[in-house]
Amino acid sequence: MVTLTAPESTESLLDTFSVDLADAPVRDLNQALHNAADGQSWTVTSPGGKHSLAVGIDADVTVTVEGHAGYYAAGMHQKGDVTINGNAGVGLAENIMSGRVHVKGDASQSAAATGHGGLVIIDGNAGARCGISMKGVDIVVGGNIGHMSAFMAQAGRLVVCGDAGEALGDSIYEARIYVKGTVASLGADCIEKPLKDEHIAELGELLAAAGRTDNPADFKRYGSARNLYHFHVDNSTSY
Amino acid sequence: MCGIAALQLRNPLLRPRMGSLLSSMMCQIVDRGPDSAGLAVYDTPGLVSEGTSTLSLLGRDQGMTTAAITAGVAALLPADSAASVKLVGDTTLVSAAVGTGLLVKAVSETLPGSTIIGRGEHVAVMKSVGHPMEIAAAHGLEAMAGSQGLSHTRMATESAVTAGGSHPFSVADDLCLVHNGSFSNHATIRRGLTREGVVFDSDNDTEVGARYVASRLKQGDTLEEALVNLGKVFDGFYTLVVTTADSMAVVRDPIACKPAIIAETDDYVAMASEYRALAGLPGIENARIFEPEPGKVYTWSL
Repeated sequence: MVTLTAPESTESLLDTFSVDLADAPVRDLNQALHNAADGQSWTVTSPGGKHSLAVGIDADVTVTVEGHAGYYAAGMHQKGDVTINGNAGVGLAENIMSGRVHVKGDASQSAAATGHGGLVIIDGNAGARCGISMKGVDIVVGGNIGHMSAFMAQAGRLVVCGDAGEALGDSIYEARIYVKGTVASLGADCIEKPLKDEHIAELGELLAAAGRTDNPADFKRYGSARNLYHFHVDNSTSY
Repeated sequence: MCGIAALQLRNPLLRPRMGSLLSSMMCQIVDRGPDSAGLAVYDTPGLVSEGTSTLSLLGRDQGMTTAAITAGVAALLPADSAASVKLVGDTTLVSAAVGTGLLVKAVSETLPGSTIIGRGEHVAVMKSVGHPMEIAAAHGLEAMAGSQGLSHTRMATESAVTAGGSHPFSVADDLCLVHNGSFSNHATIRRGLTREGVVFDSDNDTEVGARYVASRLKQGDTLEEALVNLGKVFDGFYTLVVTTADSMAVVRDPIACKPAIIAETDDYVAMASEYRALAGLPGIENARIFEPEPGKVYTWSL
């Protein structure tokens, strides 16, 4: 059973709940979040790196995880706002549809993989394959990202305030990538593109949404050269 | 999958708690590899002692009584070498105040069918088939003191579920290696090492990695150089942890297929497959926590 701690004071905190994972199983936490009503605020303590925390949230709730999360935290996120006051393991916010997920520390591999929408903010570094197969999600990373990030990206925006690892945007279809630091190497069919006023404007909005003060003009933009869109008969022997 | 948990204790005050800390880490990685497990512990009183070589033999039942093994080994060693035999869980430990080479020879003659899974002045290696925490309990891990500890929970892919195929692989004095992943070109490298005279105990891919590292160290590589060379020669997926008498190293393959996370404080360096194995360590809230970069060799010395 989930331990529901009574609000400290009345009235304004009536929609405030907490779950201590030292006592309650993760399944109970997730079930309680699935039953939650819009406007509620939930705090999760003693996460201890457990997997699958706060997954599949479909209500306009605010969830704060006080500590480090394991794999697939806030996966399949539909609505609401999840903040992790720590690091997150592999597959943070995997297949996020909308809403907001904010990690105050680092995130491991495959953050926001296949995300269709919403905003994922990582204040620290993200590992390899950040935004792999992203399909509309916006991602803002305060630090560096690892290799093969935005692999086969289809839509959305990836903002990196630090450096990017090797093979950035390999086989990218669409999606816009903004990097402030260095890029170790670009993947197949990913090229640097001009940073126009419209891009500075959207980048400014994304940085502001992530609570950052970086200057949009300091970034470079990368995207698809669109050379892999169509089959070339010259390549037929390669298949 | 496979799970790894490793601990190097810098603060001597923590060393009496080595076994209980490693045990608490290990129980969080059991579901990454529930079929078999292994442990290596360094400088554990009661198992090893300075100035004495200790061999770890696979299995408790060697087909002879401990008194008969002791007598057999002692008869083949100099008179003052104080041979002794101890059974710990599913492991037989044979110790004597001689070099490991001489002790290996005496044990191999006394117990021709035995498999040596650990050797050295500092390390004891224990491995078995079954639930990892039952294996740890059977060996009394919880109560062990020590300077370093290494544990592995195995989900077998490249060779059978046997105690001999469990990790760590310890093939040179005080050297242990554990592996999460699989090597794809191990047969080719095995043939090359066999031609150089290296003898293998199992069909396991990780044993090839361990024999390769031992071979490089013998040729004069530092531990870091040996692992850089391994990265050039071996193909496949790997997170490796290698320990020696006084050091620990971690390396991941260049595309980072397998997980690893490290926590470092003034008191210890801890490595595990997943953060939840580190969550219970003392002072973890103030530790420097990071994932090792792909293809980069990290080493720490006591």
